[in-house]
Amino acid sequence: MFNNKYSFLSIARNALSHHENWQKTWNSPEPKKSYDAIIVGGGGHGLTTAYYLAKNHGINNIAVIEKGWIGGGNTGRNTTIIRSNYLWDQSAALYEHALKLWEGMSQELNYNVMFSQRGVINVAHNLHDVRELKRRWHANRLNDIDCEWLDTKKVKEFCPIINTSPNIRYPVLGATLQRRAGTARHDAVAWGYARGADEMGVDIIQNCEVTGINIKNGNVTGIETTKGTINSNKIGVAAAGHTSVIANMAGIKLPLESKPLQALVSEPVKPIIDTVVMSNTIHAYVSQSDKGELVIGAGTDSYTSYTQRGGFNIVEDTLMAIIEMFPIFSRMKMLRHWGGIVDISPDASPIISKTHVNGLYFNCGWGTGGFKATPGSGWVFAHTIANDQAHELNAPFTINRFSSGELVDEHGAAAVAH
Amino acid sequence: MFLINCPYCGERDQAEFSCGGEAHIARPKNPPELSDDQWAEYLFLRKNEKGIHFERWNHEYGCRQWFNLARNTATDEILSVYKMGEAPPKLKANIPATPSGEPSIGSGNLSTSKKDRF
Repeated sequence: MFNNKYSFLSIARNALSHHENWQKTWNSPEPKKSYDAIIVGGGGHGLTTAYYLAKNHGINNIAVIEKGWIGGGNTGRNTTIIRSNYLWDQSAALYEHALKLWEGMSQELNYNVMFSQRGVINVAHNLHDVRELKRRWHANRLNDIDCEWLDTKKVKEFCPIINTSPNIRYPVLGATLQRRAGTARHDAVAWGYARGADEMGVDIIQNCEVTGINIKNGNVTGIETTKGTINSNKIGVAAAGHTSVIANMAGIKLPLESKPLQALVSEPVKPIIDTVVMSNTIHAYVSQSDKGELVIGAGTDSYTSYTQRGGFNIVEDTLMAIIEMFPIFSRMKMLRHWGGIVDISPDASPIISKTHVNGLYFNCGWGTGGFKATPGSGWVFAHTIANDQAHELNAPFTINRFSSGELVDEHGAAAVAH
Repeated sequence: MFLINCPYCGERDQAEFSCGGEAHIARPKNPPELSDDQWAEYLFLRKNEKGIHFERWNHEYGCRQWFNLARNTATDEILSVYKMGEAPPKLKANIPATPSGEPSIGSGNLSTSKKDRF
């Protein structure tokens, strides 16, 4: 499928020319006048949508419109945790489908996304946590999702640097473990899917901002952008934190609130933590990147904002929690710290849906945990756009659930409450 | 992170406050007559404005009083503080020149040209 397949041979060949002649990973064409489908948003979810539209549904005449650069938004800002241990059947099916796609992604894309199934543990600190996590453990097993319960001793064996003293304010009483869960290189996911989509004829248009949505008699006809009008009767929006801004152009009001979510990384150190540790109660999650940095996720602020920076108190709270669990980190210095704008839905579940405007589709509301779903999200969104009908996996995640009351409340299983 | 001028206590760190979300959403006067869609509108749908946003705040670790703020969510600049029950002020603020145009402070992905920013 790839004209320039990456392989050991291609590395050797390019070494001869001092690695100065590697091909462009994707083209950056000027937009055409019209397309069969337009995807607004060139992050992970938008790129996978274009990729699967081309691959699974034979729609190749697609443009991905990105206001910045590919993967420069939340795709490059998250803490790269991938897991599928959600409570409810609907979410478990959706995230497990995504996890299965992760498992074959590097091979499929011929691009190393550094997917590392190093396991994720969700730690319990009080009786309520133990009950909730055990409930989730059993729910996962009923859904054929791998999950184990570790008692305190086993947690210590699995992650030796965790503080299991019974005398701390929030002692470790146990944890669930999903061994197939882990992390991936977030930028590589965007680049790999961009390359795959580009190879199948998708136009990836960067530095092009959508300024309007054209609608005629209830049908979408195209978009206005900073590079002119582009026509299409199918438009899929995967704009994360800016979804409400795009929806507003079409006169649609969504149940979303955009908030800053922060993350930070430490100075690089030698390998010290070979898994992902998450705690809902004290609100912390940490893993170690291949560069050696601790990757730490903080919480969202209580107010809506589009500024890509959050409150310092949120970072302080998170670091207090990290040091409680890992006293060994107390003298680590933090190197970088940033925020991303996440679109939070009332039930902490995504909205992958048609709208009352024909041909206008939204994929949003992933909130604080969209990265793990990247391939699955694109898969079902592509199906929804191609067939004008939800895939069975995203049928429970339409916008109508806010009227019908069939919410998929995943606030608990979001692993850390935001 | 910013300072909030509590109408009762004066300027304090934002960490002392908690945000109560969009202001001026009136509870329906005729609940039994509402359709499911109208309930959804009241309960879930939000303006989520990029620009001037009217919202409720509580001085949780202070006087515990509720009040309203008008804030530019593109910059976090606070434009007005007013008490509960008061009408939202008429404001002129520098809202982004393009729908998601990036402001000079509180930037995201700076993709628009400099003259489009404010």
